[in-house]
Amino acid sequence: MTNWKVILNIAKTHLLTKFKQTSTAALGVTFGIGAYITLVCFMTGLNKMLDDLILDQTPHIHVYNEIEPSKQQPVDLYEEFKNSFKVVHSIKPKLSQSKIHNALPIIKYLNEDKNVRGAIPQVKSQIFYIAGSIELGGNLTGIIPLEEARLFNFQNYIIKGSTTDLHKNDNGILLGAGVAKKMSLDVGDRVQISTIDGEIFPLKIVGLFQSGIADIDNIQSFTNLKTVQRILGESDNYITDINVKLHDMSSAFQMSQDIEKQFKLKAIDVETANAQFQTGMTIRNMITYAVSITLLIVAGFGIYNILNMLIYEKMNDIAILKATGFSGKDVQMIFMSQALIIGIVGGVLGLIIGYGLANYINTLPFETEALPTIKTLPVNLNPMFFIIGISFALISTFFAGYLPSKKAKKIDPVRIIRGQ
Amino acid sequence: MKKVLETKHVHKYFRKPVLFHVLKDINIDVKKGEFVSIMGKSGCGKSTLLYILSTMDTDYEGELFLNEELITGQNNDVLSYIRNKHIGFVFQFHYLLSEFSVLENVMLPAKKLAEKSLEEIEYDAMQKLKILEIDKLAQKRASRISGGEKQRVAIARALINNPAIILGDEPTGNLDSYNSDNVFEIFKQLSIDQGLSLLVVTHDIDFADRTDRIIEMSDGEILY
Repeated sequence: MTNWKVILNIAKTHLLTKFKQTSTAALGVTFGIGAYITLVCFMTGLNKMLDDLILDQTPHIHVYNEIEPSKQQPVDLYEEFKNSFKVVHSIKPKLSQSKIHNALPIIKYLNEDKNVRGAIPQVKSQIFYIAGSIELGGNLTGIIPLEEARLFNFQNYIIKGSTTDLHKNDNGILLGAGVAKKMSLDVGDRVQISTIDGEIFPLKIVGLFQSGIADIDNIQSFTNLKTVQRILGESDNYITDINVKLHDMSSAFQMSQDIEKQFKLKAIDVETANAQFQTGMTIRNMITYAVSITLLIVAGFGIYNILNMLIYEKMNDIAILKATGFSGKDVQMIFMSQALIIGIVGGVLGLIIGYGLANYINTLPFETEALPTIKTLPVNLNPMFFIIGISFALISTFFAGYLPSKKAKKIDPVRIIRGQ
Repeated sequence: MKKVLETKHVHKYFRKPVLFHVLKDINIDVKKGEFVSIMGKSGCGKSTLLYILSTMDTDYEGELFLNEELITGQNNDVLSYIRNKHIGFVFQFHYLLSEFSVLENVMLPAKKLAEKSLEEIEYDAMQKLKILEIDKLAQKRASRISGGEKQRVAIARALINNPAIILGDEPTGNLDSYNSDNVFEIFKQLSIDQGLSLLVVTHDIDFADRTDRIIEMSDGEILY
């Protein structure tokens, strides 16, 4: 019975003759959706950048050999004192090696796990940088440069040179930016490294590294795994840390527990290591969604208001339509389709404006020490946001139109015709 | 002769502000081709009766027949269809859709009925406008024409689906005597030429005197 062509034609005429009101309502939706798209793209872009900053460079599981006192003291093993109260004074950790025992088989084992994207070794060592008569304390970490770049976006923190430069040069070093500045060194210069035992090695600076955290940049440098092993005079199974990156970050905690149990090593998962950061991220996401939903609801009320007004103005039309044979449902559909047309037009315009604004924000300069590779403000143009945006525009206009159109459906034509 | 419209024992009450018995045991009928007027003082319930006959008011007791079929108790969608197909309305105030053109106003009920193609509907609408001698106004906006013209457009709209009966609620009440005569002549012509049944509520005695039959009402009862 519903004749859509007639209904849409009436809806269209109503909308076009009240063009000002229609466009106000549609603009309400446009601004709501536009602001939502802009905001959500920008906020998630920022969030993603912060994610990259903290999470991408931290391993999902960090395995190392912690030096700590034995959990079970010898006295616990003695049968005679089994039921006595024991006091042990001045517990010291047992002297043991700082390397991971059997590291290479463990890495091989981890790399075979399906959930593991990669497990790579590191050698951490304490050294001194020597330039002329100055000695600076620092950390030198041996890495496999190309693997670090692949798994932990290491290249993002290299402000001069590249990971391949380090990979190609056995005597190369990626010097921390802070260290380089203090000792006024640059790429191509040489820096002397002294081990704790006093042995001195000259290394060539192939690049500069900047994490954005001054405390790290002032002491940290990187070189090839083999170079550090050579400097320390150790064999190539000398590995102090294993960094694991997983496909699914959420299984990190469980897996770290398994590794601790299986290999008797210390394994820290990323959530434990960055607990506050996770909380911050959740709260930022909540704020983004709270603000967007508020904007959309405000736009929805705008439509509700205008349709309500329109129905009061169109009382006579409604009565006459009903008298000439349009059913309540037809009248309801006329106003529902008006609401949805406003929603579609306003929503699509909003998507376009949001897309434009997000792209504009993406061109605004944004330079930060923390992320040397980022030059403009980050945005995340996820198609999902656009789908959510248009769906919300339709859903909110549907509800905004539903209540007034329901009223139009119930209007008694007799009362209006006789009331005049 | 075939009865187009008939009521049997129709009672109607207003519940607000106090219970009031508006229509008391109304039994009337309109035969095919008959031009009937309902007369009575204001408040005697003649308009109330008309809106019950129009199927728009369903809150009554008794039975209503259209083309000798019972339509009391039908659901709203069916009633809408019946109004659309079998009943034409002319009101005191012209009630056109002011944003549409004259032609579109006339075509709208036929488009809703959707029994004919758009070209046929447009041709029919132009025919009706020609009968009423307002075909020149077809493309004008409904809000831009005079009161007498509006009433003729409303009559054209009432005719578009070739209804069984035309109901008028003081169709001349808002017109000067020249236009009133004009509208009466149109009704009379339709009744004679096309065998159309008409039921018109009026308190214009001159108008009523010229119709085939007068139903006189007082205090919710039919006098004769």
